[in-house]
Amino acid sequence: MNILYDERVDGALPKVDKAALLAELQAQLPDLDILHRSEDLKPYECDGLSAYRTTPLLVVLPERIEQVETLLKLCHQRGVPVVARGAGTGLSGGALPLEQGILLVMARFNKILEVDPAGRFARVQPGVRNLAISQAAAPYELYYAPDPSSQIACSIGGNVAENAGGVHCLKYGLTVHNLLKVDILTVEGERMTLGSDALDSPGFDLLALFTGSEGMLGIVTEVTVKLLPKPQVAKVLLAAFDSVEKAGRAVGDIIAAGIIPGGLEMMDNLSIRAAEDFIHAGYPVDAEAILLCELDGVEADVHDDCARVSEVLKLAGATEVRLARDEAERVRFWAGRKNAFPAVGRISPDYYCMDGTIPRRELPGVLKGISDLSEQFGLRVANVFHAGDGNMHPLILFDANQPGELERAEDLGGKILELCVKVGGSITGEHGVGREKINQMCSQFNADELTLFHAVKAAFDPSGLLNPGKNIPTLHRCAEFGRMHIHNGQLPFPELERF
Amino acid sequence: MSVIANDASAQLLDQVNQALAANTPLRIQGSGSKSFLGRQADGVLLDTREHRGIVSYDPTELVVTVRAGTPLTELEAALDAAGQMLPCEPPHFAEGATVGGMIAAGLSGPRRPWSGSVRDFVLGSRVITGQGKHLRFGGEVMKNVAGYDLSRLMAGSFGCLGVLTEVSLKVLPKPRLCTSLRLEIDLDRALLKLAEWGQQPVPISAASHDGKALYLRLEGGEGSVNAARERIGGEDLDPGYWNELREQRLAFFADPRPLWRLSLPNNTPALGLPGDQLVDWAGAQRWLKSDADAVTIRGIAIEVGGHATCFTAGATSNPFQPLSAPLLRYHRQLKAALDPQGIFNPGRMYSEV
Repeated sequence: MNILYDERVDGALPKVDKAALLAELQAQLPDLDILHRSEDLKPYECDGLSAYRTTPLLVVLPERIEQVETLLKLCHQRGVPVVARGAGTGLSGGALPLEQGILLVMARFNKILEVDPAGRFARVQPGVRNLAISQAAAPYELYYAPDPSSQIACSIGGNVAENAGGVHCLKYGLTVHNLLKVDILTVEGERMTLGSDALDSPGFDLLALFTGSEGMLGIVTEVTVKLLPKPQVAKVLLAAFDSVEKAGRAVGDIIAAGIIPGGLEMMDNLSIRAAEDFIHAGYPVDAEAILLCELDGVEADVHDDCARVSEVLKLAGATEVRLARDEAERVRFWAGRKNAFPAVGRISPDYYCMDGTIPRRELPGVLKGISDLSEQFGLRVANVFHAGDGNMHPLILFDANQPGELERAEDLGGKILELCVKVGGSITGEHGVGREKINQMCSQFNADELTLFHAVKAAFDPSGLLNPGKNIPTLHRCAEFGRMHIHNGQLPFPELERF
Repeated sequence: MSVIANDASAQLLDQVNQALAANTPLRIQGSGSKSFLGRQADGVLLDTREHRGIVSYDPTELVVTVRAGTPLTELEAALDAAGQMLPCEPPHFAEGATVGGMIAAGLSGPRRPWSGSVRDFVLGSRVITGQGKHLRFGGEVMKNVAGYDLSRLMAGSFGCLGVLTEVSLKVLPKPRLCTSLRLEIDLDRALLKLAEWGQQPVPISAASHDGKALYLRLEGGEGSVNAARERIGGEDLDPGYWNELREQRLAFFADPRPLWRLSLPNNTPALGLPGDQLVDWAGAQRWLKSDADAVTIRGIAIEVGGHATCFTAGATSNPFQPLSAPLLRYHRQLKAALDPQGIFNPGRMYSEV
């Protein structure tokens, strides 16, 4: 089933008269940068999930919050859908535009407003890049912990919308754990502050609810993040294993020894070979799996932990354990992992990155399941895994120029996510649902749960103008999707009409 | 300690459905250890304590799933036996405190500024909603961004959004070494030192000041803790202090005047407060014993970017700091979405919610 907006199953959208809307915007907001010619709109037709494209009705590029306020008020009055976008690096189509909607680009809000080292926070505009925050805090030996792989480009507003993660989440948490305060504009263009400068605030924890809400509940206009002191040292161990099961068990053994690594990553043989060919990180290419274990903190503790973890890894059956000798080797070890996606891109014309999470103990079974599915669909799958927090990124290798391969890759991806749900995991650990995983939401949640999600959405945006069609599927979509995925001979959502 | 397990979710769901049918409000309660907090809610008692026990716990996954009526002491004992803990150190306030009450009140102990709050450790939940459904949100995995985060929203919602029946929590290994010290320096100087240490990798996990001395706890590996202990100096402190502070059993709390909690930004200087104060969370949480009125106390907190909660029942009609007009409106709309008939602890936090 195509994931582009389909009014039959995703709900009718308001019909917007483009010329009239443009004229009104230009009249009310004469200094607002508005793109409306098709050649200008083209670059904005997708986010990081580039397989799916829709040309937006209009693109607006505000530079002052007052412009966003006026724009939202006007869109609210006229019933115009609004899709917000930061840097557009999202991997789930969360910022995929609508033909009948305005694409609100927040990227020009790129100022760091305040860095307070003694208060250990930074106050920034939503278009500021994730890495730019850590760079601004670096003179004070502080940093912002969440580090999604796109951190060089992705913006903090998008990070809040997606509750972005990274490779250090087990120890340092997700975006939601590293925020103090988010200023938003509601769908009505009203300013509201969620959270506060203190560690908590009165009332319901709307900051937690808002984080990861994918632009469905409001527009981020300012973000106050926590800053942490930089760890004194970081050391990386590389361990090789002759089976994925052993590597998986070793991860549990490290945790059982009472050690929480800063980062703990696993790669399978296909990923190891691809990365080694590309980066020459010095990975053992014959290994069935490698673990990269980063230990960070105060020097004396890190030294002790390295010795403990080495011992644990050897006892777990590692065929080889190597401590990066120096900073250059540490960076090289990581470079292989961080470039695993482009490395896989070199051995296949296209690849499709998944984002399921599982309880770690289920890893051997899930990898076996993926391998069976891979054979069944006739497509190779490379596995990289945030092993510490159970977040898998299977990469499905395919060739979009071969008729039917993209569809096969999507179907295989869907099956992998359903497998994750079956063992008690989730369809998305950090990339978000967006448009990409809208159908798999029907596997993870039942009709009552989805109905409650829609009620939450309606509490903030009763007319459904903010990012329509993302994050939570309609029950009609689930009924349509379910027709193709009948479990145990039972039709899901039997009470709904089918198209 | 063995944990008694009993699934009473069907009875809880029945009681909610009866209340919905009769349109009568419910007063959700575990042991009542935190019933003094907030406004008093009228309603038929819904007692969660029959629904208890650990549903699953695998220490190597760092996740425990536990029923809401489970005594907190039983959960903590089970974690302790595996060398793990709830890092947010939730207060009990009385024997019998339950896991559900811990989530509903959302209160954290001395480690909170460094470890995170109760909400930060919530991964998933099961909730009976105002539609009379028993639903599941989040899960037992560290990273999960599917759907809205209703599980973390439950933390600190005082039962106003549904009946929490089960919660999955992230847990962590206990630190290898823990040491506590007392350093005689005044509050101004202590706050300056804390701001300085906060910018460095010093393994502090609790910091309080009682007007005479700074109390510190250091946690981590042997190397870092010993080095910091040597560098900071001071005299040894009985680690029982932190429990007494968390449970509000220090002499300070015996003062008959109303107790207020001020939640303030990091690095807020010493404040001239109308009464006696005890500083916790390296200055981000300040306890105040005062007869001053709510407007005065809140005025001081708001001035520096914080807020104030009254911890003494009956001392003020609005124990929680009033919300701005737009925030209150969205609170009401959210309450209406999750509890359309308004049967869950109505008025417990705010008269309008």
